[in-house]
Amino acid sequence: MFAAENGLKGDPRLQAISQAIRVVPHFPKPGIMFQDITTLLLDHKAFKDTVDIFVDRYRDMGISVVAGVEARGFMFGPSIALAIGAKFVPLRKPRKLPGEVIAEAYVLEYGTDCLEMHVGAVQPGERALVIDDLVATGGTLSAAIRLLGAEVIECACVIGLPEVKGQCRLNGKPLYILVEPREIDNCC
Amino acid sequence: MSAYRDEDPRIQGIKTKIRVVPNFPKPGIEARGFIFGPPIALAIGAKFVPLRKPRKLPGEVISEEYILEYGRDCLEMHVGAVEPGERALVVDDLIATGGTLCAAMNLLERVGAEVVECACLIELPGLQGRGRLNGKPLYVLVEYQ
Repeated sequence: MFAAENGLKGDPRLQAISQAIRVVPHFPKPGIMFQDITTLLLDHKAFKDTVDIFVDRYRDMGISVVAGVEARGFMFGPSIALAIGAKFVPLRKPRKLPGEVIAEAYVLEYGTDCLEMHVGAVQPGERALVIDDLVATGGTLSAAIRLLGAEVIECACVIGLPEVKGQCRLNGKPLYILVEPREIDNCC
Repeated sequence: MSAYRDEDPRIQGIKTKIRVVPNFPKPGIEARGFIFGPPIALAIGAKFVPLRKPRKLPGEVISEEYILEYGRDCLEMHVGAVEPGERALVVDDLIATGGTLCAAMNLLERVGAEVVECACLIELPGLQGRGRLNGKPLYVLVEYQ
């Protein structure tokens, strides 16, 4: 579900957040209009508003774990975790986390990739939020949900691509998105 | 300087929560700096600029190569992310030899920013990274010998 349809219709912060995102054409390969959130991170007010919107939504849901998907999920997750009193758990590409991990594979356009989490980071019965910058096919988020298990309360992303428009759930878990992708425009 | 020496009671709490994993290599540390940097930036009203391994940042970048124990690596920053004259803080989870922090400082100084300080959670003083920072101050919370 998009934030604008779920209580934040007309909220000016959402438009500012959308406009702070930069589109880079043909990255990482031809045909892909890459939604670059680094320009959002340069805009302190828009960045703060992004975090605040998520914090306002999640602070009273009894969430004890915020799991961020490497690496851009790390740019949003810890701030949310700190504000709502939850722990932050990084979900990482293979061989980055030291110590014992559990892994979930997921399908890419060509081939597969894998997401890992530390054993013991999340206890049974904890309530978890998964955060990433963007959801496209949902493959990565689905792997994150499988890693965390029954404890996932919701998945949150700044940007949701058209593939997920109209879907309120992913793997049975609610999906909360702030903005749609930016189109390339001529002015900037 | 190390906050550790000031016996701030929070430091002991932080130190007991860090786990030492023997014999684990340290691949790209770009991502762990992203865990601490953004909350600091948000709290102090600053922008956050990710410094990344090659080919991760879309758009135009500048690159700085640095030496590893075996071979070389490279750190990139977006062109235009930082303006000349801006005052910058470099954040990472850990300083070992100081190679990555040095590359980070070089990137910022090349675009005319002033690096005010480098800040890390952890220092490994035996690797003498502090001496590779061209005299810039280094602020760390805990040390591991």
